[in-house]
Amino acid sequence: MAVTARATGSAATLDVARIRQDFPVLSQTVHGKPLVWLDSASTSQKPRQVLEAMRVVYEEHNANIHRGVYEFSERTTAAFEDARAAVARFINAPSPREVIFVRNATEGLNLVAYAWGRDNLRKGDRVVTTVLEHHSSFVPWQQLAQDVGAELVVVDIDDDGRLRLDQMRAELEKGAKVLAITHTSNGLGVIDPVKEVVGWAKRAGATTIVDAAQSAPHMRVDVQDIGCDFIAFSGHKMLGPVGSGVVWGRAALLERMRPFLYGGDMISRVSIERSDWNELPWKFEAGTSAYVDAIGLGAAVRYLEEVGIDAIHRHEVALVAHLLPPLLAEDGVTVFGPHDTRDRVGVVSFDVKGIHPHDMATLLDREGIAVRAGHHCNNPLMTRLGVSATTRASTYLYNTNEEMDALVAAVRKAKKVFGL
Amino acid sequence: MDDLYRENILDHYKNPRNYGELEGATHHYHDTNPLCGDEITMFLLVGESGRIDDVHFTGRGCAISQASASLLTERIKGKTLDEVKGIDKEAVLEDLGITLSPARVKCALLSLKTLKAAAWGLTAWPGEEAKQAAE
Ligand SMILES: Cc1ncc(COP(=O)(O)O)c(C=O)c1O
Repeated sequence: MAVTARATGSAATLDVARIRQDFPVLSQTVHGKPLVWLDSASTSQKPRQVLEAMRVVYEEHNANIHRGVYEFSERTTAAFEDARAAVARFINAPSPREVIFVRNATEGLNLVAYAWGRDNLRKGDRVVTTVLEHHSSFVPWQQLAQDVGAELVVVDIDDDGRLRLDQMRAELEKGAKVLAITHTSNGLGVIDPVKEVVGWAKRAGATTIVDAAQSAPHMRVDVQDIGCDFIAFSGHKMLGPVGSGVVWGRAALLERMRPFLYGGDMISRVSIERSDWNELPWKFEAGTSAYVDAIGLGAAVRYLEEVGIDAIHRHEVALVAHLLPPLLAEDGVTVFGPHDTRDRVGVVSFDVKGIHPHDMATLLDREGIAVRAGHHCNNPLMTRLGVSATTRASTYLYNTNEEMDALVAAVRKAKKVFGL
Repeated sequence: MDDLYRENILDHYKNPRNYGELEGATHHYHDTNPLCGDEITMFLLVGESGRIDDVHFTGRGCAISQASASLLTERIKGKTLDEVKGIDKEAVLEDLGITLSPARVKCALLSLKTLKAAAWGLTAWPGEEAKQAAE
């Protein structure tokens, strides 16, 4: 697969102009203005290489996987398993057997809560999580804890929006059965030191689940280095198609777990009296998988690897460094989360006094700028910040400093419209 | 970009009419738009004559939701509850005088939804009245 942009050497910057040529949608205009896509934390745009990989399946060898003995099925199955191997390499999983394709991070996190949690969480157990969690990392454990009578402990952030590590450590030292933690916050863009926190949790004997939905697209995620038991992420946020997602888990745990969904493909033998489960990873992939989407995700991962995930992270931090000073200098602007670029990704949540985020997002849209306004599926965090919503700009490898400038200019224009 | 946030709407947003709680209200209802966190409470004072002698609202949220609530309070003073029940969404959108995308229409109509619930005599989401009274 030809990727037009490539970062060479560790200090290389991205050739964004060439990268943008891979993303046809970025040349669209909105309300007569060039599209400025600053909602990649919600979903990313897709490069031609991903669309092409999917087109090839549909047009050249589409067939259900693991079923047919004919040529097409074998080719499609091979492409699907290739994608699994690519994902395994991308997150440094010890084995592709531990990589399970699901529809999105939400499904992956629910799989863990249902298939592991329901058989292991008991009355009186402690589930430690954080106020930074997305609802899909928080609610499955909140509900399960209520169902079985476990205690849900929610660790706070400091005034900068960074996780209270002192509190986290103290809570884990009291004992924990589960740690559910996000790797990076979709609301504030802060990176949690998950390796350190997972280490404390392991010492407490906890099973650890990391939500990598906002980290895997933007920075290096190495499951062996982090040392956690499960991670989950969504393909659509990392250049892949919607309908692709991954949950990774340690083989030793996955093997002991009951399946999440029952049906075809996940079974090795069924009689009237009993069923035996298929081997990993297929035990957790019931029914016809979204195999074309998974193949698209494989192409996305290869694209990210060719560009270089570390270079992407550096590029996005540089965008934040470019955006923050003029934004913070604007009268009436509050930026939530840290005002520096240490341990963060390209998410900037802000508020302008006197303009509700929905009005801000509407006015930015008039300038061709797509941002997200709302609670970002982060109600506990919004409550903690004392707001009902924020405006969130989020970047990716295809964004430029000029687009950051356009955002600041549009915020100024919005203030003028509101007479501020 | 200014066509949406015209003078009239910004004026009602910044200087909402009939704003604040209403002492002795005969009807009131609170509702939210969970997606964006807009909130409106409508207070009605219906007199002997069966007409709305006074109406107030409180709330927070975007300019569209708050301006539409303010405009609505002006529209309904002196009307009967039956007349209020008959107000349709086109009337509210017409008062605003702008074309809204489907996502923003929800903001504009929160006030009407809240008003109608008050007019029908609801005090809380059906089934949760007791919980509300206890608070
Ligand atoms: C941190 C985090 N976790 C989980 C999710 C859920 O992702 P999805 O909706 O693709 O399942 C998101 C999406 O916004 C997220 O930002």
